[in-house]
Amino acid sequence: MEEKNEKKGFFERLKSGLSKTRKLLMTDVDDIILGSKQIDQALFDELEERLIVADVGPSFTAELIESLREKVKRKELSSPEILRTALRETMRDILLKNEAPLVIPHDKIYTIMAVGVNGSGKTTTTGKMAHNFKEEGHQVTLVAADTFRAAAVEQLDLWAKRAGVKIVRQAENADPAAVVYDAMRIAREGKPEVIIVDTAGRLHTKTNLMEELKKMKRIMEREMPGAPDEVLLVLDATTGQNAIAQARMFQDAIGVTGLILTKLDGTSKGGVVVRIAKELGIPLRYIGVGEKIDDLQPFRAEAFVDALFETNH
Amino acid sequence: MFENLSDKLDVIFRKLKGKGRLDEENIQSALREIRIALLEADVNFRVVRDFIEEVKQRAVGQEVIESITPGQQVVKIVHERLIELMGTTTSQLRFGGRIPAPIMLVGLQGCGKTTTAVKLARHVAAGNKRVYLVSADVYRPAAMEQLKVMGEKIGAGIFDAAGLTDPVEICRLAVEEARRGGYEVIIVDTAGRLAIDAPMMEELKKIKSLIIPAEILFVADAMTGQDAVNVAGRFDELLGIDGVIMTKMDGDARGGAALSLRAVIGKPIKFAGAGEKIDALEVFHPERMASRILGMGDVLTLVEKAKEAVDLKQQKELEKKLRKNEFTLEDLRTQMNQISKMGPLEDVIGMLPGMKKIKALKEMKPDERELVRLGAIIDSMTPVERRNYLIIDGSRRKRIARGSGTTVQEVNTLLKNYVEMRKLMKRFTKGGIKSLRRGNFPF
Ligand SMILES: Nc1nc2c(ncn2[C@@H]2O[C@H](COP(=O)(O)OP(=O)(O)OP(=O)(O)O)[C@@H](O)[C@H]2O)c(=O)[nH]1
Ligand SMILES: [Mg+2]
Repeated sequence: MEEKNEKKGFFERLKSGLSKTRKLLMTDVDDIILGSKQIDQALFDELEERLIVADVGPSFTAELIESLREKVKRKELSSPEILRTALRETMRDILLKNEAPLVIPHDKIYTIMAVGVNGSGKTTTTGKMAHNFKEEGHQVTLVAADTFRAAAVEQLDLWAKRAGVKIVRQAENADPAAVVYDAMRIAREGKPEVIIVDTAGRLHTKTNLMEELKKMKRIMEREMPGAPDEVLLVLDATTGQNAIAQARMFQDAIGVTGLILTKLDGTSKGGVVVRIAKELGIPLRYIGVGEKIDDLQPFRAEAFVDALFETNH
Repeated sequence: MFENLSDKLDVIFRKLKGKGRLDEENIQSALREIRIALLEADVNFRVVRDFIEEVKQRAVGQEVIESITPGQQVVKIVHERLIELMGTTTSQLRFGGRIPAPIMLVGLQGCGKTTTAVKLARHVAAGNKRVYLVSADVYRPAAMEQLKVMGEKIGAGIFDAAGLTDPVEICRLAVEEARRGGYEVIIVDTAGRLAIDAPMMEELKKIKSLIIPAEILFVADAMTGQDAVNVAGRFDELLGIDGVIMTKMDGDARGGAALSLRAVIGKPIKFAGAGEKIDALEVFHPERMASRILGMGDVLTLVEKAKEAVDLKQQKELEKKLRKNEFTLEDLRTQMNQISKMGPLEDVIGMLPGMKKIKALKEMKPDERELVRLGAIIDSMTPVERRNYLIIDGSRRKRIARGSGTTVQEVNTLLKNYVEMRKLMKRFTKGGIKSLRRGNFPF
């Protein structure tokens, strides 16, 4: 993979990713609203379609639309322009409450677990985080706790090399809890650093695999009181309404402390996170916008909503 | 959810009783519920719109029959229409005339192509064809290694691309290699890519025109949301795809993407991946998918799995015992043997409508290793204990734990779960198993 460090700002990156979307979608929310001169049923219909197509979900969309209607009735919204702003602000406010970039202290051992369903982007994100934290002046160690999937350890190892950080690994098929135990032991002897545990992908419905995750977490806790400092759920932005079930069940099983939304450089808008933010209140940490090592950005509510609604061209 | 949708519709239709026929107006709120159910299942917005229109056409004019619940009547119409849309027959792989027959897998990042490639290889090999695997993924770290490790497990031939960096060149050499080795089918695993990534799509086109695949299969994650149709549509437009494989069907995603893909690009869904194991690839069944989208539980799959794994005579015995609530630890032992043949218990039970919600299940999903331990515990009991768990007191528990090399705590957990299971089984028998037997939906 090519590793060119063309440092575009987050906003541009997100914009350029999402602008590709627009060539595929026929119209965009702003186009529609700006296009129609009055608030009528057609406007609400089109608006509903845009929200649903962005994976915001039917019930939540209905709720949003309903509250707009109420406001129109109460004469609080008088033009499509103002209506658009109101909708945007409602969604932004929900996300703002949960916008919470990670702040990692330099004076202690800080432990992170990356969890999520198969293929959501855990390993890649772990590699990107390692790079970011190192750039911020942290020592970083990656922990290869996916001992199940073929070549997963190898994959993380390559990311560790790319980021120039250490890795704790055992043979494939080792007990992941044993790898975690190893890592915690080694860490306790050393200086402050960031430890990131890459776990195997698992569907939230597989209870035995969720138990395995709990066990890893218990061992971290036991070996280092307070650990893990952060349990990050890595969510693929192409996911539809099932993301709610994922978030809820990972939350119930091990207590998720933060969310990372990957693959936002694709054509999906990831609207389901607005619903997750509202229903579950999980802090939003980062977004993934590509496969390169610097394609990880802090989550920004404002920019996310802009991207979701942004006008074409 | 089936219960939910059906119940909701029943409530709506109850008001209609005595009104004779359904008309556009009185069916409106029912259609609204169906619409939400479909959107909640991630069926594409436009597909839903057309679908609702058609269901309306069909339902209007139907009599509201007093005897059976009209809600279920409408669900039945919806269900039938879904099956129709999804294509009524299951499709097979086409190999074409050339040898080796190239089959190419394409799709987004993380959708499950590599695992699917190996599963498909196993499937093809089971049909007595020699299969060769090649990974054209030079981008994702360790992607080739992954295919190699998994492919070796099933004994397929694997192309060694060491030193090569051009995916097109890799495919060319791999096909040559496969031909030389006398392989009949070559499965090409490609790197995940975004449909809007022009250079990467160009690469696929090059591979295509070079190897001329007998099948190009689009691999789609069952959890995909509304965008599924745009992505698949783009791949189809640029490459021309022959079919779809839905992956990660073992989760609880309702999989509306399957319907959307079928409806929008009109290509058959050929297989469904349902697990991380190499044999977890099933032929796609439209009627099951229809039930699933409506949230009805995959009753038919369960019935089929049960048929495969369970000795029918034993099953009859068991049913009798269940009815009398005589399900002993001995029976549990027998069941465990059968369950390990059927797949994870949670998967099996999860396929039953409504079962996902039962709390007790959380406590009782043994994985395979656990089954072995549990088996050992039961084996360490005396026959009398196995028949009457109530006599197993503290000192007996200690003895059993020692005998099975487990802990008293584990023995306790097993007994607790066993009691839960008895309760649960009792619920099954209230029409549950019987109706499953007939292979009917619980309409
Ligand atoms: N376009 C894009 N691709 C991504 C992004 N993040 C990850 N990917 C790709 O998604 C695929 C899966 O990523 P992995 O990091 O292996 O996912 P994982 O969650 O570790 O997968 P398992 O361990 O197999 O469950 C790879 O091809 C990654 O390159 C992103 O932000 N954008
Ligand atoms: Mg991984």
